[in-house]
Amino acid sequence: MAETSLLLPDPEDPDNAPFWAATARGELRIQRCAGCGRRRMPPRPMCPSCRSLAHEWEEVSGRGTIWSFVVPHPPLLPAYAEVAPYNVVLVELEEEPSIRLVGNLVESADAPLDGVDPHSIEIGEKVRVVFSEVGDVRLPRWVRDGPALPVRGSP
Amino acid sequence: MVGIQDKAAIVGIGQTRFAKGLEDTELSLACQAISMAIDEAGLSPADIDGLAMFSMEEGREVEVARNVGLGDVTYFGEIGYGGGAGCGVLGHAAMAVATGQCQAAVAWRARKRAAKSSRPWSQVSQRIEGHWQWSRPFGLLRPVDEIAMLTRRYMHEFGATREHLANVAVAFRKHANRNPNATMRDKPLTREQYMEARWISEPLCLFDNCLETDGALAAVVVAAERAKDLRQKPVYVHSFAQSIPTQHQVMTNYFCDDPLIGPSYACSRLLWERSDFKPADVPVAQLYDAFSPLIPLSLEGYGFCERGEGAAFTDGGALEWPDGRLPTNTAGGGMSEAYVHGFNLVLEGVRQMRGTSTSQVEGAECCLVTSGEGVPTSAVLLRR
Repeated sequence: MAETSLLLPDPEDPDNAPFWAATARGELRIQRCAGCGRRRMPPRPMCPSCRSLAHEWEEVSGRGTIWSFVVPHPPLLPAYAEVAPYNVVLVELEEEPSIRLVGNLVESADAPLDGVDPHSIEIGEKVRVVFSEVGDVRLPRWVRDGPALPVRGSP
Repeated sequence: MVGIQDKAAIVGIGQTRFAKGLEDTELSLACQAISMAIDEAGLSPADIDGLAMFSMEEGREVEVARNVGLGDVTYFGEIGYGGGAGCGVLGHAAMAVATGQCQAAVAWRARKRAAKSSRPWSQVSQRIEGHWQWSRPFGLLRPVDEIAMLTRRYMHEFGATREHLANVAVAFRKHANRNPNATMRDKPLTREQYMEARWISEPLCLFDNCLETDGALAAVVVAAERAKDLRQKPVYVHSFAQSIPTQHQVMTNYFCDDPLIGPSYACSRLLWERSDFKPADVPVAQLYDAFSPLIPLSLEGYGFCERGEGAAFTDGGALEWPDGRLPTNTAGGGMSEAYVHGFNLVLEGVRQMRGTSTSQVEGAECCLVTSGEGVPTSAVLLRR
């Protein structure tokens, strides 16, 4: 378990547990109604389209697009103030743009929260999920997934 | 006549002073404001038999009734979601007197910035519950962060700029400078100060945020027939609406087709349906302003302009008394008078209809008052 003072979700919440069990395996899975197929987030017992309680956890590609982002500055909780200013991005999933996950744009799964220059971020950037070990969970975070940038000086 | 239209009237208002760090408890502040409102109405505590309050109140109904010395209370109800409840509790008081569930109801909000119950984002536990666990672990901690997320997207989609947000902050501060009860009465705010202010959550700076205030306000409501016989000029609840839009999620409404369509849209439809006035007839407004970008969003939601035009609407001093198209938050609002979960907006609406505002819009027949955008919300159209 990775020591942390950051806030944590509740992986034992019965509605959410399968999501966190999936991220622990390195998979991004979204709850989907077994009756009508509607995807829903956050996880919850009943499908708002058909009221079915039956559901499955569908693995998605983990690709998405930055819909918006913010750069928080203090006053913040101490664990966040230490790394401020950092970014928080809102990512539209490729398969279901109306599901937008809150996360952070990082350089890699184990990179610090303030590693990416927040002023380099743009709405519309393509990103892909990575899983960062934080406390007893693996949080979905995001890395850039754009076309590879030309390396300066290379032939 | 539709629903409770003009069937209830506000006949008494009261408020404590506004400050940071008042010594009185939230319960004491509530009792003081309620007591003043009852006196101003020319009623006695025994006349009050209805209570409508915010769920977040620290002082519960029974404590208020025992302190103020009320008689038998026959209607009491609470509304949740913080800043969305201001017009809601007023509307519930109006419904209760209009339907005869009680004869005289009081609605109020008392708030102390230090009170944990007043600041739901201040975490005591590392483990986050409910829908907040999908945002707070990632550092989206405060209401300002959640609204900044919408703001950046709004700027991107519609070309809104910080200049537009400055229009809002500067207009409300000018009104506060004319209001002796406003926290910011002695502090002017220039556009330059706004532009140089420190960031709180980019793209929002210090002056895009409301104040943190200790204080309380209350309003007494009775049926319209009875209001005519009382001391104050009645201010009628012309139209009242509430809204939890379909598939809404509190403050982080990110799981829908368009997060920029806030609860004000659904609330607005019902409000105008029940009103003899249209947005173009409204000469003055009190719009919920926990954060400056809520103003363009509310101007759009409540039909003063088309979607995406709210920012441009604020240009040319449109929100400023006395010559703007729509003088807004004429006592200074949550950003410059006091932040008491928007209940101060209700009382300023009453003063505009009585003709006693310090930035009085001459001849105003009606005033729109709205509650929080981004949460289950409410709005009233007051008329004189």
